[in-house]
Amino acid sequence: MSLQFIQEPLDKTAPRVVPAQSVTLNVNGQDRTIQIAPWTSLLDALREYLDLTGTKKGCDHGQCGACTVLVDGKRINSCLALATVYQGKKIQTIEGLGTEDNLSPLQQAFVDHDAFQCGYCTPGQICSAQGLINEGRCKTEDEVREHMSGNLCRCGAYTNILSAVMEVLHDGEAVVDNGVLITVPVASTKASSVE
Amino acid sequence: MSQTIATPPTVRLDSDVIGKPINRTDGPAKVSGAAKYAAEFGVTGPLWYGYIVNSPVAKGKITKIHADEVLAIPGVQQVFSHENVPSFAWFDRSYKDDVAPGGSPFRPLHEPEIMFSLQPVALVVADTFELARYAASVLRIEYEVEKHNTDLESVIDEAYDAPKGKTGFMPPPKPKGDMDKAYQEAPHKIAGEYIHHAQHQNPMEMFATTVDWLGDGKKMKIYDKTQGAPNVQQYLMKIFSLSSDEARVISKFTGGGFGSGLRPQYQVFLAVMAALELEHSVRVVMTRTQMFSFGHRPHTLQKLRIASDDLGHIQALEHKALAETSQFENATETVVNWTGILYNSPNTNFDYQLSKIDVFTPLDMRAPGAATGNFASESAIDELSYKAGKDPLDFRLLNYTYSDPTENKPFTSKRLDDCYHEGAARFGWDQRNPEPRSMRDEKGMLVGWGVAAGCWDASMQKAAAKAVLSADGHLTVSSATNDQGAGTYVIMTQMAAQTLGLPMQQVTFSLGDTNMPAAPVQGGSWTANSVGAAVKDACQEVGKKLLKLAQKMDDSPLAGVDFEDAQFVDGHIRANEDITRSVAIADILAASGEDKIEADGKAGPNPINQLKYSMHSHNAVFVEVKVDEDLGTIHVTRVVNAVAAGRIMNPKTARSQVLGGTVWGLSMAMMEETYLNNELGRYMNHNYAEYHIPVNADIHKIDVIFVEEEDDIASPIGVKGVGEIGMLGVTAAIANAVYHATGKRVRELPLTSDKLL
Amino acid sequence: MNSFTLTQATAADEAVRDLTSHDGAAYLGGGTNLVDLMKYNLERPTHLTSLGLLPLTDITSLPDGGLRLGALATNADTAWHPEVEKRYPLLSQTILAGATPQLRNAATNGGNLNQRTRCYYFYDLATPCNKREPGTGCSALTGPNRVCGVLGTSESCIATQPSDMCVALAALEAVVRVQGPDGERTIKFDDYHRLPGDHPEKDNTLKPGELVTAIDLPEEGYADHFTYLKLRDRSSYAFALVSVAVGLKMNGNTIEKARFALGGVAHKPWRDQEAEKMLEGQTASPDLFRQVAAKVFAEAKGYGEGSLHNSFKIELGKRAIVRALKQSTEMSQVVNPNVFLNSNP
Repeated sequence: MSLQFIQEPLDKTAPRVVPAQSVTLNVNGQDRTIQIAPWTSLLDALREYLDLTGTKKGCDHGQCGACTVLVDGKRINSCLALATVYQGKKIQTIEGLGTEDNLSPLQQAFVDHDAFQCGYCTPGQICSAQGLINEGRCKTEDEVREHMSGNLCRCGAYTNILSAVMEVLHDGEAVVDNGVLITVPVASTKASSVE
Repeated sequence: MSQTIATPPTVRLDSDVIGKPINRTDGPAKVSGAAKYAAEFGVTGPLWYGYIVNSPVAKGKITKIHADEVLAIPGVQQVFSHENVPSFAWFDRSYKDDVAPGGSPFRPLHEPEIMFSLQPVALVVADTFELARYAASVLRIEYEVEKHNTDLESVIDEAYDAPKGKTGFMPPPKPKGDMDKAYQEAPHKIAGEYIHHAQHQNPMEMFATTVDWLGDGKKMKIYDKTQGAPNVQQYLMKIFSLSSDEARVISKFTGGGFGSGLRPQYQVFLAVMAALELEHSVRVVMTRTQMFSFGHRPHTLQKLRIASDDLGHIQALEHKALAETSQFENATETVVNWTGILYNSPNTNFDYQLSKIDVFTPLDMRAPGAATGNFASESAIDELSYKAGKDPLDFRLLNYTYSDPTENKPFTSKRLDDCYHEGAARFGWDQRNPEPRSMRDEKGMLVGWGVAAGCWDASMQKAAAKAVLSADGHLTVSSATNDQGAGTYVIMTQMAAQTLGLPMQQVTFSLGDTNMPAAPVQGGSWTANSVGAAVKDACQEVGKKLLKLAQKMDDSPLAGVDFEDAQFVDGHIRANEDITRSVAIADILAASGEDKIEADGKAGPNPINQLKYSMHSHNAVFVEVKVDEDLGTIHVTRVVNAVAAGRIMNPKTARSQVLGGTVWGLSMAMMEETYLNNELGRYMNHNYAEYHIPVNADIHKIDVIFVEEEDDIASPIGVKGVGEIGMLGVTAAIANAVYHATGKRVRELPLTSDKLL
Repeated sequence: MNSFTLTQATAADEAVRDLTSHDGAAYLGGGTNLVDLMKYNLERPTHLTSLGLLPLTDITSLPDGGLRLGALATNADTAWHPEVEKRYPLLSQTILAGATPQLRNAATNGGNLNQRTRCYYFYDLATPCNKREPGTGCSALTGPNRVCGVLGTSESCIATQPSDMCVALAALEAVVRVQGPDGERTIKFDDYHRLPGDHPEKDNTLKPGELVTAIDLPEEGYADHFTYLKLRDRSSYAFALVSVAVGLKMNGNTIEKARFALGGVAHKPWRDQEAEKMLEGQTASPDLFRQVAAKVFAEAKGYGEGSLHNSFKIELGKRAIVRALKQSTEMSQVVNPNVFLNSNP
């Protein structure tokens, strides 16, 4: 006897789609008007409607932090924000922090400390770090570690992220006990022989 | 003609860049959001969005798809499923990619049969992402359900020897001596069973493909998330009968791969199929849940028996592994061999088998096989060291091998001994109290110090590159390789700059486009070695042409100088014997009248050396853990990871690879496990909230030591690669440190708190 | 995610009217849970009443000495409010132990109360789940259930309430203020969330259309002796396996008043008033704490052995109670063994 798995309709009502409407978002200092329905997340509005693809989609569920943007200076997950209710707020994305030719101090610190590898979590890490600095609550390494823990990095660049954030947080004065690099130069090493 | 003036020799030259900690050339693009990943490229016309629907059942058959209900929604363009996807290529070989294991590759939407839970069963294409997502949610599908089995332990009896068929897979070494007898007679012995469960690669970027339909026949630009654009292109060309011109695959930035992007994933098939059928640009992005619907590190059961004599010399060594695979492919890893490479024993036995269950085929995941075998063997070696009354580090040094016992070949280089010594010195190993449970910190937490070693291949693949020096003096080098975060962009720029003696800012390295010379998938730690050698070759060919042109100049100071006797430094070609005999490259270009000088380069393994030598990277890892015994919490407070991997091209990015590898080893030790519900045949923590990987707060101090090796046999450029080696040793060193702290030997990963209660 | 209309209400009564005038409507606060659930198709509201413009963000002192937390104040603003930090450090620290800075910046106090379980099966439409779809069964009873509960469970559901903040609010004996179609009322925190019983689909005792407007804290904040101990699978950004919020009033080594609650073990923040009474008037001692912990878990039921199953939570929970009580008597700061917040190891 075989079992059946039959998907019941998810909705009682027939499929219907709420039409798009004009929504104006203030992004990086500019008012941008797009046509979206309420179901468009702030993340999708940025990426798919405004071509601001610096903000990343890593999970779309608030579980990774790649989509972090600043709203009125505070960091949030743009994937869990419905764009339409963010009208009238000042939204800042990675593109608004600095450009390739004119990096912000945090962006430059991330480059200098090699605080990323694949780069996909990086805009979220940097926006989150900017939010952390704006908050003004964290000073120590442990506090920064904890308050940068809303941003996953699968490449495992965490120690370098800490160094980069601490540098900017303390205007280059921070001493971070975070591990060192030692290189032992080549000794004369020939192919060993079989014993 | 201008007079060339010899550049005086300087201690530090702009072009002397190999081995220097240089920032990533792609860094500014990445930190500013300008770097474009697969789902972020614009297309020429309007873009439609595909959303994938996956099976809720693990085994059975689709009996009905209510596509009509969904197609009635305005804006929905098509619902693709086995019912309407045309037959493409017939034979299995058309679906085989470069790194496919043996068996029959999965064909998306090919037939109604369900072979694993979360199998893709339909693609809904609509005008917007939101509409496609909605339409997919109301697509009703009926299934006939069959009994599945996803429990590896229930099919141990059905295990079979892992067949050959996958590139790079090494069958277990042949047995030596009399294992059973030697084990029985040895005074010190241990036996243990080691387990880890399925783990998913979970790169941050979800698999995505944007197909730009160019409207000229079947021409497409296919922006794909992959670890190898050429591999994807070959796959698509074979399945859809496309020319290389029609299926141009582009992958400029890859948001992590860790093995998941070695094989083409099903979203690229679906996106290209939809674009071809609809003759329209299409984007398909997986969800995080769907990231759990394909390959993973396989659930593996291992058994080890090791015995030593009274002095601590290993006399018997047996390592057996049983791993899961799917019903349709034989996923193989090299699991047990490494143990035999690290330690010599007169009596050995190795075994590696597979059993089939109803899951998707496992897929290489960072340090595939080695990470699996290494956890078990380095835990077992540690355990035996206590039995033999030896310090775990001394025990390893005592059983150090200067040649590869599995193949009876010399190593091309091996400075693992220096890794042990340098690592131990940095860590302060001599302060260790050997007694388990003997060390505590000022707060009373148990402290444990553990050590483990690791080993990985130093391998090389065929690769090609092209170098173009334009009249303005800018060098552009290209290869269809990949940078999933490894640092390929910067180290290849360094290689090119160094070879032709140009400053970094005068060199551009581009990658990730099948219009470029072919390169292998980025995996196995072979990119730096293989592509680096090809880049060097291409640049040297340009250099030879430059030298010839220089020698054509009037009264050339380089007249009669052979290429081997010339040096390329600071924008000049100079004679080695007399560096005042020098010509500026800019002047050569100006004098030549050429608008560019270009050359192809290639590299590949040296088969004779491969027969004669064993080529490996090694590392030694030292770990401190602090354990709150009451609550079972473990903190890894300190790691020293000493790596011997040949020449280090860029200590900054190479260190990052080892830092990342260390985090991966910690993650495997303490967190990673995809929870399989055998009743449902389904992974249950298929999201980033419940599939745990470390966060910033989990990671403390990590020291990286590079013990450099000179090795021109393993690699023409002396490079062994660092992508995998940093992960090895870490997991076992943590487990060994936990033993030292608590006296508890945990043999099943991950080391969650409940296992210490 | 389904399609829906959205209204931005500007006052509580307007919000209630808007919601009740639409079939299948839901309140949208910070969205950190609801939007997540909608993307997984677990919630399919056809209308959202957005609360973002409601003037319910203030945190104000009450005449009786307590403190009122606006339902629309964010978790971050609440945790870092000077009055909360000073008078209710347990609440402040507990909020900071949950989620991430990004989520706390968007999540609201009202929404925190109403967040739904993280049970794997509730979150996966392909599996039977009585909470999501009554009558289909509970997959967690036998399947991997590390995230599930051991106290107050029923054969129809063993899901847990995932909030950290609510654990502290339970220990602090907060009062929830709600406004609905029939006007305003208050609900004692212990009565706000419910046990699954035969109706696991109901997380709380809100009536249709009711909106949380504020959370009132009583005057006693236990600012001198408190602990929030959270045990989880990584150092941050993970839900509790077991957590304990403790507030004590001490006189020397004598416990005058004790309140504590547990998270991660039940369908609601778990309080045991008999266990609290065992502490009161007694001299703090490890033996006493162990007796109290044993009492709390006397009726506990685990669902399977091994790491993927939750029986370990019974022993872990007992040890957590002992540790949290010990810490509370000895010090007045949160020490979380999973986060070395105040120490360099």
